[in-house]
Amino acid sequence: MADATVRTGTELIPSSAATTLTVNGRDYTLEFDPRASLLDVFRERLGLTGTKKGCDQGQCGACTVLINGRRVNSCLTLAVMHEGDEITTIEGLGNPAQLHPLQAAFVQCDGFQCGYCTPGQICSAIGMLDEVRAGEPSHVTADIAAQKIELSGPEIRERMSGNICRCAAYSNILAAIRQYAEAGQEAH
Amino acid sequence: MRSFTYERAADSASAVAAASRPGAKFISGGTNLLDLMKLEIERPTHLVDISRLPLAAIEDLPDGGLRIGAQAKNTAVASDMRVRTRYAVLARAVLAGASGQLRNKASMGGNLLQRTRCPYFYDTAAPCNKRDIGSGCSALGGFNRSHAILGASDACIATHPSDMAVALSALDAEIEAVDERNASRRIPIADFHVLPGDTPHIETTLRDGEMITAVTLPPAPPGRHAYRKVRDRASYEFALVSVALVIDTQDGRITSARVALGGVAPKPWRSAGAEAALLGEPATTTGFRAAADRALAGATPRGHNDFKIDLAKRTLIRTLIDTAEQAEGA
Repeated sequence: MADATVRTGTELIPSSAATTLTVNGRDYTLEFDPRASLLDVFRERLGLTGTKKGCDQGQCGACTVLINGRRVNSCLTLAVMHEGDEITTIEGLGNPAQLHPLQAAFVQCDGFQCGYCTPGQICSAIGMLDEVRAGEPSHVTADIAAQKIELSGPEIRERMSGNICRCAAYSNILAAIRQYAEAGQEAH
Repeated sequence: MRSFTYERAADSASAVAAASRPGAKFISGGTNLLDLMKLEIERPTHLVDISRLPLAAIEDLPDGGLRIGAQAKNTAVASDMRVRTRYAVLARAVLAGASGQLRNKASMGGNLLQRTRCPYFYDTAAPCNKRDIGSGCSALGGFNRSHAILGASDACIATHPSDMAVALSALDAEIEAVDERNASRRIPIADFHVLPGDTPHIETTLRDGEMITAVTLPPAPPGRHAYRKVRDRASYEFALVSVALVIDTQDGRITSARVALGGVAPKPWRSAGAEAALLGEPATTTGFRAAADRALAGATPRGHNDFKIDLAKRTLIRTLIDTAEQAEGA
């Protein structure tokens, strides 16, 4: 574990006071450099390596997690800013023994090749579907004042544009999200 | 990233007091600031976290306008039914920018303060007058396809990246800010962003330590709203050209017109010339062409971005045809 202060070059960098982060329902109290991104704290300090670092500048979406139910890029936010927030990473959604239904849909639909973007795709899709359910419009929503958003292919594509897949498994990612969303509707 | 100290502001008064320290900066969504801090283009020594201040409300104003708190997330603004029905151009502009993840984090105030995406500004090995005063402009003789054709100077031809601000410009928004003495003032958006001139490192009239608290919108102008964005990808890309338009017609003549352009200038580019050319004229393609010529009068292309003059004209004409024709039928 890191010390309360971190020496870099000749500078003594003040660490944050002990901060409690709530990740996947569990509280972690630790001290870290205020410069630490949420992403780096997951991976380097909490052992939660499911969240992936792609570009580290908010362009690829591989680091997407849910904060208070909203999808965000964990590379572009400071961990110290998230005390008290409910954070969900891919580890909080499912595990190899018990896949989240959307993870299962990705497997069934072959929604990945290398898999590096997949945790971000899945967290993003979960947040995205909640946004649709809440009636939040997108760039391609024809009637911006519509109360209800229809989950069409173009809507999913537009809303998932913040998640890049370098293997270009897009058509199968779309299929997996649709399959999961349609199954959810039947269940209601 | 350079080291800094961090504090979470308890209220607005302590936030502005904390930000009066030399080297201090506010942080809210952080989606642009942290990116620039990683590259050490931004080097604050103290960060004042204002993201939890109770400044996220969207409220009706007695005059029929709307007041949007500076801490309202971009998603919240675009999803608000009052924005969607009364200020559709704003909802459309917000949704045309960034990605779902970024809009969930980015704040109203921060969106206004985001810095240019000029690749030379980001390339710390290249001269850039905005980043390193007096070092020169690499874009002038460089690959300047994305750069400004209006309002730029020989010191800087970077564009302002915000879509949202283009709509706010068409809507005559005002920016509310408080200073370290807690004195409040309102800045019309036309006076908020400044042109580069010889000082491209100065981008707004916001003073050191001043904090944006809200954006107020006067009652919406009459007519139909449109925001059209032309870019290299269908989604998640900055504008080459964008048009914010609110236009009304009566008996085939234009009775009200608001026109602002994005992606072409160092600030959201409200076009008084285009509006004057449209007002009182028949809503015809001939008139729209004249307005587009007025909007781009005096444009200075820089080589790779020569195409932007025609692209901006055509985008404006197409948006006028689509929107004004609909207005006639309505």
